[in-house]
Amino acid sequence: MPLTLREVMLGVRRSPLLSALSVVTIAFSLFAFGLFGLLVLNVDRALRGVEEHVEIVAFLADGTLPEAVSTAMADISSFPEVAQVQEVSPEQALARARAELPEFQDVFDASFLPPSIEVRLKEGHRDPRTVKEVTQRIQTYPFVDDVRYGEDWVKKLYDIRNIAGAAGIALGSLFAAVAVIIIGTTIRMTVLAREREISIMRLVGATDAFVRRPFLLDGFLKGIIGGLLALLLTWGASSVISHSLIQTTFFDPGVAALGVIGGGIIGLLGSALSVGRHLRRV
Amino acid sequence: MIRFSHVVKEYPRTGLALQDVTFRVNKGEFAFLTGPSGAGKSTILRLVIVEETPTAGEVRVGGSLTSGLPRAEIPRLRRKIGVVFQDFRLLEDRTAEQNVAFALEVTGAPRDAISARVSRLLTQVGLASKGTSYPKELSGGEQQRVAIARALVNDPVLLVADEPTGNLDDRATRGVFQLLRDINAAGTAVLMATHNLELVKRNEYRVIEVNRGQLVFDSAEGNGAGVVTTPSPA
Ligand SMILES: Nc1ncnc2c1ncn2[C@@H]1O[C@H](COP(=O)(O)OP(=O)(O)O)[C@@H](O)[C@H]1O
Ligand SMILES: [Mg+2]
Repeated sequence: MPLTLREVMLGVRRSPLLSALSVVTIAFSLFAFGLFGLLVLNVDRALRGVEEHVEIVAFLADGTLPEAVSTAMADISSFPEVAQVQEVSPEQALARARAELPEFQDVFDASFLPPSIEVRLKEGHRDPRTVKEVTQRIQTYPFVDDVRYGEDWVKKLYDIRNIAGAAGIALGSLFAAVAVIIIGTTIRMTVLAREREISIMRLVGATDAFVRRPFLLDGFLKGIIGGLLALLLTWGASSVISHSLIQTTFFDPGVAALGVIGGGIIGLLGSALSVGRHLRRV
Repeated sequence: MIRFSHVVKEYPRTGLALQDVTFRVNKGEFAFLTGPSGAGKSTILRLVIVEETPTAGEVRVGGSLTSGLPRAEIPRLRRKIGVVFQDFRLLEDRTAEQNVAFALEVTGAPRDAISARVSRLLTQVGLASKGTSYPKELSGGEQQRVAIARALVNDPVLLVADEPTGNLDDRATRGVFQLLRDINAAGTAVLMATHNLELVKRNEYRVIEVNRGQLVFDSAEGNGAGVVTTPSPA
């Protein structure tokens, strides 16, 4: 479609500023999606790592009878959420503490440490709510003194992830809407500037589809360029964070490609929504 | 070819532009459409090219009823009709060749066929050597020839011309008119709106005259309406 392409070039040359603005807003939209998406991706990853270590530790009262402990352990093992239950004696607890914490280096008497039961949950049951629920169930045993779990910061990570996701969607959609409006305005101006040309096209027998095609292609191409720009920005931000703060994971090539195509779709949508309306007036 | 029956056209703001207009133009015929400014000539031509549809009555072009014609069918009908205007309607940023080629590209013609066809058409209108000139490098007569070449790209069965010589001097008028005669001689019906009475008088073609939206004279029907054939000097 050489004529269609030439028309697109003409449109860009006639309103370079608006064209650039369209590309930039689409890029911002996808950059917002990208940045917050990256945050979600990395927090998710971190959470998966943390979750593997989420354990519920029930400290047992002094003098708890071993039979009571084994009954309770069997009982807890049968909870659908529970993957593994393990008893930790004061001696085992001390050995672990000595290995992991330097300040325990000189401690040899284990008697101050209470015996405990460690409960590990199945994958998919490690979210803060389930953890809390199981904790409360364990708490009901009379010989259980105190129950600890990953607590607050797991919940905080979850909150960050959810807020980041919502912010990304909100901000990204806002920019996408602005992009659609700007593309619509660009098309309105282009249609006005080319009114004469379009009416001549019609006169010599161009179909609506033919008249519309350069505008749709224009929107789509701007979207793709915006998408590529966003990809570049997101990747840049990601590597800056990786170098200066913490190691981050970037999107798969598939997801990145999907984002660029998403830009194309925003552009196409912007054109499609306004082109019919404006062309009908010419 | 063209068939108007009891056509009424009313514009939203200016009111009645045509009242009960009935006439037909046959295949291969040449007809002048005359009348003072504001009589309704351009409105009739716009009805023929389906830029407008009648408020009442029927317009048939090449057998198709234009009212209620699906929007998608209009381009197909337009390709059978060549259109020429007083103001040429060329694209200023394109050469003569490109202006003619444009009309072919728009219809999705294969690219290799286009350039051969364009140079043949430019030769036909006597502009073989001006293909790469831009409209503002051409005289009015030459610009109108480019427009005529463009109108001929699809071998139309009908050529509609709205005051095609209105902006031209006598010499250019004669040349352009001769071109229209040649096109008609080759079999294309021509409906030409004009207020150039010299031109109308000097030629033996059919004359359809409108005044204030009404058909007041048709030389094909004799002077039946009892109206003076000479348009009032409005
Ligand atoms: N697009 C339009 N909208 C409203 N009124 C129009 C339009 N075109 C023409 N008219 C009116 O219709 C009448 C006939 O105009 P027109 O067909 O252009 O006459 P002519 O070509 O013979 O000069 C005039 O009164 C004119 O004002
Ligand atoms: Mg007129």
